[in-house]
Amino acid sequence: MLAKQISIFIENKEGRLAEVTAILRDANVNIRALSLADTTDFGVLRLIVNDNEKAELALKKEGFTVGITQVLAVEVSDQPGGLNKVLDPLCEQDVNVEYMYAFANPQCKNAIMIFRFDDPEKALKILAERSIKVITGKEISDL
Amino acid sequence: MPIYNHYFETMPRREIEAVQLKRLQATIERIYATVPFYKNSFNKAKIKPGNIKGLDDLQRIPFTTKLDLRDNYPFDMFAVPMEQVVRIHASSGTTGKPTVVGYTQNDINTWAELIARSFSAAGATSRDILHNAYGYGLFTGGIGAHYGAEKLGMAVIPVSGGNTKRQITIMQDFKPTILCGTPSYILHLAEIAAEMGVDFKDFHFKSGIFGAEPWTENMRAELESKLHLKAIDIYGLSEVMGPGVSIECLEEQKGLHVFEDHFIVEIIDPDTGEVLPHGETGELVFTSITKEAFPVIRYRTKDITSLNCEPCACGRTHIRMNKPSGRSDDMLIIRGVNVFPSQIESVLMETKGILPHYQLVVDRIKNLDTLTVKVEIDEKLFSDDIKSLQAMETRISENIKEHHGVSAKVLLVEPKTIQRSQGKAVRVIDNRKLL
Repeated sequence: MLAKQISIFIENKEGRLAEVTAILRDANVNIRALSLADTTDFGVLRLIVNDNEKAELALKKEGFTVGITQVLAVEVSDQPGGLNKVLDPLCEQDVNVEYMYAFANPQCKNAIMIFRFDDPEKALKILAERSIKVITGKEISDL
Repeated sequence: MPIYNHYFETMPRREIEAVQLKRLQATIERIYATVPFYKNSFNKAKIKPGNIKGLDDLQRIPFTTKLDLRDNYPFDMFAVPMEQVVRIHASSGTTGKPTVVGYTQNDINTWAELIARSFSAAGATSRDILHNAYGYGLFTGGIGAHYGAEKLGMAVIPVSGGNTKRQITIMQDFKPTILCGTPSYILHLAEIAAEMGVDFKDFHFKSGIFGAEPWTENMRAELESKLHLKAIDIYGLSEVMGPGVSIECLEEQKGLHVFEDHFIVEIIDPDTGEVLPHGETGELVFTSITKEAFPVIRYRTKDITSLNCEPCACGRTHIRMNKPSGRSDDMLIIRGVNVFPSQIESVLMETKGILPHYQLVVDRIKNLDTLTVKVEIDEKLFSDDIKSLQAMETRISENIKEHHGVSAKVLLVEPKTIQRSQGKAVRVIDNRKLL
């Protein structure tokens, strides 16, 4: 099951990130995780939120360019080698990580890693074969 | 200062006008027979070559524009068969296609003579060494200046543009006495020299002949004080011939003498097309009266200036045009390269298949013109992957360089951040202070 990620184009300007988060606050959207990839001039803010539709609507209304990307959320155990358990089978079958970030699962000690793979369908299949738990969008909303 | 062609350059006005009329009539006669574009345009205006009885009759002839040249791309404006053409040059057109011009051997000789006249007016003689920093290639600047300097008997160093540190070493070692190039590049070169600890006081330059882009009296003052030379303005455009259509004289450095035995110059109201009296400001229009391969009749340059027919201290009787103060279209001149916003637009269109909102921002940083193309990101262009966004910036920038020969930095910006004026995007911001 793929989860949805919201990505937003923002210029590298003072206060711009705070403006985005304020829009989400006013729309009563909760941010579960975020990552910011940047160049000298601009950045792409990637967000996992509890309500994608509400977030997208609120940001578009304020004139932001918003993209929806399918990502994989995977629970990784909090012990040495936890991440390798996920990455090794993917690596063996040539699935590439475009980017990734993580947040702590509030219900237990494990981490939830958000992955953007070059071939998400193939990644999903491999993880299913290995019985690695993929977290659904709904589960993220309900955390 | 010696005058290269004393007979023509100091000819009394009345005689110049007689020469002009004779040559105009011959040109009109010839192109009516050889260039279908002119024949059609004369027929539409109900003018026969025989109707041109006096110089005033020129005003009845329709203008020629850059668009007309584009419509006749590449060679349909040529008035001679290709076997008589010995040279082809090209400059930027308003869209993807360049403006192409041709020269016969006589045209090349005339051009070289006019450059020789120009360099003489700037104080050069056969004893001088020329450092020619104009670009060599399709651009008329480098090769145009080269041939004329050789005709005058100067020793030419064909160094062309770029590779600035090597240029400075050549200046130190070869001791050139005359310099030419685009003024913004030469100022940039002066800054690099200063960083290298090189002082132009130790050089041997008498004059610098600068052109191919608009420059101001402030830039002249800067060039003269930094480079320890007299800065002389040269004007020309490839459609009319190339550099050497007009030149300032060392004596007055006030207005550029137009070589009137080869060109007829007019100033018109750019909106109505009406010819304006001397002294009034309007658009410069040129008619060539000796060119064989690529004659132009009433070519609209889009350059804004005025004419001055006061006698000049140098003794030349040819009319002077003041330094052009601007353009009546949206053409930008960036490091000597002509750039139209429509060209950038077509690159954006080709790169992504859609046309985003964009804006060209021109700055002069350390005396070098820089072009930034701002592109508003929308959902079709957007990607959550930074690498693909950066690849898009690079691809647009490479396409601009490849198609239009100008380096541009592409900058992605947020939607609705490019300022609009009455709903229309402001396409060009020129931050160069040309005052």
